[in-house]
Amino acid sequence: MCLAIPACIMSVEGTKANVDFGQGVVRDVNITLVEAKVGDYVLVHAGYAIQVIEEKEALETISLWNDILEAGQK
Amino acid sequence: MAEKLRFRDPEFAKGIASKIKSLAPKAGKVKICHICGTHEWTITHYGLRSLLPENVEVIAGPGCPVCIVPAAEIDEAVQLAKKGVVVTCFGDVLRVPGSQSSLLEAKAAGADVRIVYAVSDAVEMAKREPDKQFAFFAIGFETTAPSTAVEALGNPPLNFSFLVSHRLIPPAMELLLGIGDLQIDGFIAPGHVSAIIGMKPYELFPRVYRMPTVVAGFEPIDVLMAVYMIVKQVSEGAARLENEYPRVVKWEGNTKALDLMNRAFMVTSGNWRGIGRLPDSALQLRESLKDLDARAKFDVKVEQGRDILLGCECHLVIIGKIKPNECPMFMKACTPAKPIGACMVSSEGTCRVWAKTTSE
Ligand code: SF4
Repeated sequence: MCLAIPACIMSVEGTKANVDFGQGVVRDVNITLVEAKVGDYVLVHAGYAIQVIEEKEALETISLWNDILEAGQK
Repeated sequence: MAEKLRFRDPEFAKGIASKIKSLAPKAGKVKICHICGTHEWTITHYGLRSLLPENVEVIAGPGCPVCIVPAAEIDEAVQLAKKGVVVTCFGDVLRVPGSQSSLLEAKAAGADVRIVYAVSDAVEMAKREPDKQFAFFAIGFETTAPSTAVEALGNPPLNFSFLVSHRLIPPAMELLLGIGDLQIDGFIAPGHVSAIIGMKPYELFPRVYRMPTVVAGFEPIDVLMAVYMIVKQVSEGAARLENEYPRVVKWEGNTKALDLMNRAFMVTSGNWRGIGRLPDSALQLRESLKDLDARAKFDVKVEQGRDILLGCECHLVIIGKIKPNECPMFMKACTPAKPIGACMVSSEGTCRVWAKTTSE
């Protein structure tokens, strides 16, 4: 139940945003808990965006993994 | 997109697994405990345990927010419904057994119990039907509590109240360390709870308990990386707090959500199904919001509930002491279609997760 799913913000109206979960699933979620704008990716849990996923950091995760694995070889 | 796919890349996964294997002899026996139903799902669904060397074991702690709701609080929800209050709840909680009946059974007997996707949906219902009383059964860990806080602080209509049953994860982790014969060597901390609370509440685990602790995401690579990071710490004799999930988890967490939670709730002791009362592990509405407290408003209070049915081993499954298939009822008397214990009811309960992959 703590599952949260990434979605892209399509439009914002007050505390509500219309988000796209991909594969045609679109719905309104509450964005009171985050500072997010159109085009941002947010993690949605039980109808509320709980965190903004920073794209840069999402991509950096991959290089983080590689760094950790390489450091392990020393 | 190609980069994104790496989150599930089997070749990459095998690479990490072989690194874990090469470190494992140095680390000796390593027992890693995660505290999240979604982690259990990832581990079981992708068969990650089969990739690990024999001396590295991953067990599931009390990470299913539905399973740990004590029977007494289900009883309170049932009582509310029987008093004519429309009880709104997440779908997962409907079949969780109370002492006498579940919410589903109460519904079948005529009570008005409705599933909602979000607490805001429940508030909207109450606005549309002003002549009825509504209560939202607010369960869940720190991932879910902020949404309850938003609505509690957002002037809900007069016919709306909350049956707050939120629980907090760090006290449950601390409890596990007190169970002598469990002997955990490292924690995988839950990524989405951590998206809210950040890293700081875990600092005590390495510092006070010398327990390697890694906050992790939910892709198979995330979980394998977390296992690797813990095995590495153990092999070095180190105990650090590390973040494998920086794309979502910031050091300070979600400060906006934490502030709202703090304004709406105070921390109190709470019962956990199969575990008992844990200090500072539950939330209750602050004095200033007491008009929104369904327990006070409708005078419901159940002190004692019957958490575990005879023969059900949920209390041992919840703390990771036994695996579901060590319960004699698993997939015999107790199945997803006819669950006996709470761990078989919720889609994130350890028994249910294991049942699903066993039968697939
Ligand atoms: S298999 Fe069923 S009876 Fe056994 S511990 Fe799990 S939920 Fe309880």
